[in-house]
Amino acid sequence: MKSTLFKWLDSDVGHSFRTSPAALVAAAIALVCGLAALFAPWVAPHNPFDLATLDLSNARLPPAWYPEGQWTFLLGTDDQGRDILSALIYGARISLFVGLVSVLLSVLLGVTLGLLAGYLGGWVDALLMRLCDVMLSFPAILIALLIAGIGHALFPNAPEALAFGVLIAAITLTGWVQYARTVRGSTLVERQKEYVQAARVIGVSSLAIMRRHVLPNVLGPVLVLATIQVATAIITEATLSFLGVGAPPTSPSLGTLIRIGNDYLFSGEWWITIFPGLLLVLIALSVNLLGDWLRDALNPRLR
Amino acid sequence: MSALAASAPASSALGPTPAAAPPLVRAVDLARTFDVSAPWLNRVLERKPRQLLHAVDGVSFEIERGQTLALVGESGCGKSTVARLLVGLYPPSRGRFEFAGQDAHAAYRSRSGRGIRRHIQMIFQDPYASLNPRWRVADIVAEPLREHGLLSDAKALEVRVGELLQSVGLSPLDRVKFPHQFSGGQRQRISIARALATQPEFLVCDEPTSALDVSVQAQVLNIMKDLQRQQGLTYLFISHNLAVVRHVSDHVGVMYLGRLVELAPKQALFAEPRHPYTRMLLEAIPKLHHTGRSRTPVQGEVPNPLNPPSGCAFHPRCPAANSRCSSERPVLQSLDGIRVACHAVEEGRL
Amino acid sequence: MSLLQVQNLVVEFPGRHGTLRALDQLSFEIAPGEILGVVGESGAGKSLTGAAIIGLLEPPGRIASGQILLEGERIDNLPPAQMRRIRGRRIGAIFQDPLTSLNPLYSIGRQLIETITTHLPLSHAQARRRAIELLQETGIPAAQERIDHYPHQFSGGMRQRVVIALALAAEPKLIVADEPTTALDVSIQAQIINLLKSVCKKHGAAVMLITHDMGVIAETCDRVAVMYAGRIAEIGPVREVIHAAAHPYTQGLMSCIPDIEIERARLHQIDGAMPRLNAIPAGCAFNPRCRQVFARCHQERPELMPAATTQAACWLLPSSTSSTSAPLAAALPEAQS
Repeated sequence: MKSTLFKWLDSDVGHSFRTSPAALVAAAIALVCGLAALFAPWVAPHNPFDLATLDLSNARLPPAWYPEGQWTFLLGTDDQGRDILSALIYGARISLFVGLVSVLLSVLLGVTLGLLAGYLGGWVDALLMRLCDVMLSFPAILIALLIAGIGHALFPNAPEALAFGVLIAAITLTGWVQYARTVRGSTLVERQKEYVQAARVIGVSSLAIMRRHVLPNVLGPVLVLATIQVATAIITEATLSFLGVGAPPTSPSLGTLIRIGNDYLFSGEWWITIFPGLLLVLIALSVNLLGDWLRDALNPRLR
Repeated sequence: MSALAASAPASSALGPTPAAAPPLVRAVDLARTFDVSAPWLNRVLERKPRQLLHAVDGVSFEIERGQTLALVGESGCGKSTVARLLVGLYPPSRGRFEFAGQDAHAAYRSRSGRGIRRHIQMIFQDPYASLNPRWRVADIVAEPLREHGLLSDAKALEVRVGELLQSVGLSPLDRVKFPHQFSGGQRQRISIARALATQPEFLVCDEPTSALDVSVQAQVLNIMKDLQRQQGLTYLFISHNLAVVRHVSDHVGVMYLGRLVELAPKQALFAEPRHPYTRMLLEAIPKLHHTGRSRTPVQGEVPNPLNPPSGCAFHPRCPAANSRCSSERPVLQSLDGIRVACHAVEEGRL
Repeated sequence: MSLLQVQNLVVEFPGRHGTLRALDQLSFEIAPGEILGVVGESGAGKSLTGAAIIGLLEPPGRIASGQILLEGERIDNLPPAQMRRIRGRRIGAIFQDPLTSLNPLYSIGRQLIETITTHLPLSHAQARRRAIELLQETGIPAAQERIDHYPHQFSGGMRQRVVIALALAAEPKLIVADEPTTALDVSIQAQIINLLKSVCKKHGAAVMLITHDMGVIAETCDRVAVMYAGRIAEIGPVREVIHAAAHPYTQGLMSCIPDIEIERARLHQIDGAMPRLNAIPAGCAFNPRCRQVFARCHQERPELMPAATTQAACWLLPSSTSSTSAPLAAALPEAQS
């Protein structure tokens, strides 16, 4: 493992990473947030969802550097006495989880459909591309709202898992189209290349050619898109949660926290909504920067 | 392979054949048409006609076992399409291709006949695009063996891959490398090794050395000739370079706009070309030893294949064309052991 | 006075893993009106030489040292604005792919007239007349109408004729042609080569013809320079270089080209391959592949020195003995100095 890491760091991409301050800072931030979110139960100073530890007397405390603040509640508390910092860490966990899983599913769906459309051509291609066109003509949020809204209407008292399932489905279905289009374009190019024809002459089946020959060669741009789309997915999730159709209130994501805090913004308790917002921006920004760097690093013409 | 039928023509136009065996490769009136019309909606709205490209328009030839037939011609003449027809990348629009007596395209289509692909393989022009950049050389060369279930033991595969690499002048240790670590000439050799993996009898080579430097080309051509001698291979060699063709071929076919205009043994073609296009082609080649002397260039350019001239496709550029040439399409006819499709030759005017 | 002089030109590509020397002490001259061929295999540096002369080296490539003199004046160290004036007016360029040499969005007339008016003090009407003349000269039929056509309305050979007309538009003294016929069919090649020769002779322009095709060189050029690994291996009159080459690489190259007139059972081949830029051997760059290699070849790099009828960079030559040379291997019979 270590040797492959060193080999990668020495490669062209690795060198570009080492010499790009934006990439290094972004990667550091993303790594810190990611690890904190992953190890939330051990990192967070309190468990904001354990009702037993909540004490209403701690409600609406300002951040620690204020005179009324307390250092055990570094960023203050909300109306129920929950520590904002801990809520942030747990919330980031939800946001990142939803973001990553929905991007993963988007990639799977989009790449598969794009491969099929590009390689098989004909009516399969035409059908899938019309489907993409239809999906692209709707704003992503609208689609997500539609699916999430329908889900909530159908299962009003859904268990948490189902609520998350609907949320992830909504975001997945808004994101797969760009992968399908990119992969279809690359597949059309690769299909003409002689190594694919050589495989056909050998007698390899179309499905096997798609999987073994074409797929490894079209995944490059997908990686860049996926990285940038994680940020979009997180923000979409936050928007949905803010609108009330996203993460369930028992497991609030950053968006939910923003919504909760919104009510208290004008009464002066700004910390309940601003800190989740700042963290959201930070995560989205660093993931975006990483994606930008990756795109430039992988672009053979800029190397 | 199944036993060859004894009912074969006693002699072919290319010379006497042993009475028993049919030629290994026989193309009969092979044709391929592509529909390059605009999409249906555009055609309806803009009232455009259907456009058909007759890339190959009735080509017939035979190749005896162990021999090399070269197909030459300029861009758009259809020689690459012929190559792809023979290896089954396209189904023919008309005509058939017989391999050792059986219908090859029927075999390509059927599940049971798929095994024919072990006996026919292809080498491509571009050494940079004919190897999957993400695969190791070992996997590339072993793919035909795995696909046809000839070898499954990893160790046996390794040994066989090593043998194949050595037969083309590379080291067995090269099998763990990736294609980008090799030069163009070496990649072409890897392509040859892959093509030979299943011990085929017939190799279709589509401009295998056109993208290579002259000194590398010499190496690859020498290897191909050596392999042919050692393994009794039959080649269809596509090229636009007549000097290379002179070196490698036994028979030469000249193509123009999808049709064969002349088909002759190599000596006959180069010593005494009959068809006006062949003559002009030979004249147009820069000759290394005629320094400073200008050639008489061919007039005009190859016409648009979507709109070929009527009758004989060459008549607009032909100095010997008459009214028959512009209305009647010439047929490939035998004449003193060669085949020519030309009214002027048939009428004795040339 | 020679038209173009290249003296000890060095072109380098600084990179992450060190600097690569793509052209190493290149020196040659072109006389006015002469056609010089520059031939070599891929990676020899012939296109780079053309690019350096025209001033179109792609960064990070740069001229590290040496001089390029056009009619006695240095042009390698000019600022971009001045170089642009020279390009087109005094040096014309023809590239390989006629598809990308012409702007598909403008009619060829517009491109021609723009070139002419940029470099010559002619009015628009005069420039248009001149453009039509040029098109007629390069064999475009119905030039009066076709001048307003777009590049996609021409075939490949026709487009290359337009590119030649463009190159000649401002009456340059030197034309650098980089593989002008490689992308064309054989029968069209002959037409274009003839055209290039006649038109350049008529306008008195010298040509630097860069190609890998020895046959084209044999027909067209007066002299030829054979390049290998960024250096000139041999230079001399075309007939001599082809038939009586002095350098082992040139000899090998000439004999491994299949000839349409002479049949051989087996093509002569040069084993090995041209070294990559980051692995050029010390001494003579050809020494790993040379059948007549001896000790000095590994130690010292040979400069171009006179041979019987050409100049070659090879220690085998009788003229290579000099007092400052390293001791030669005893096995080699050395002619008297």
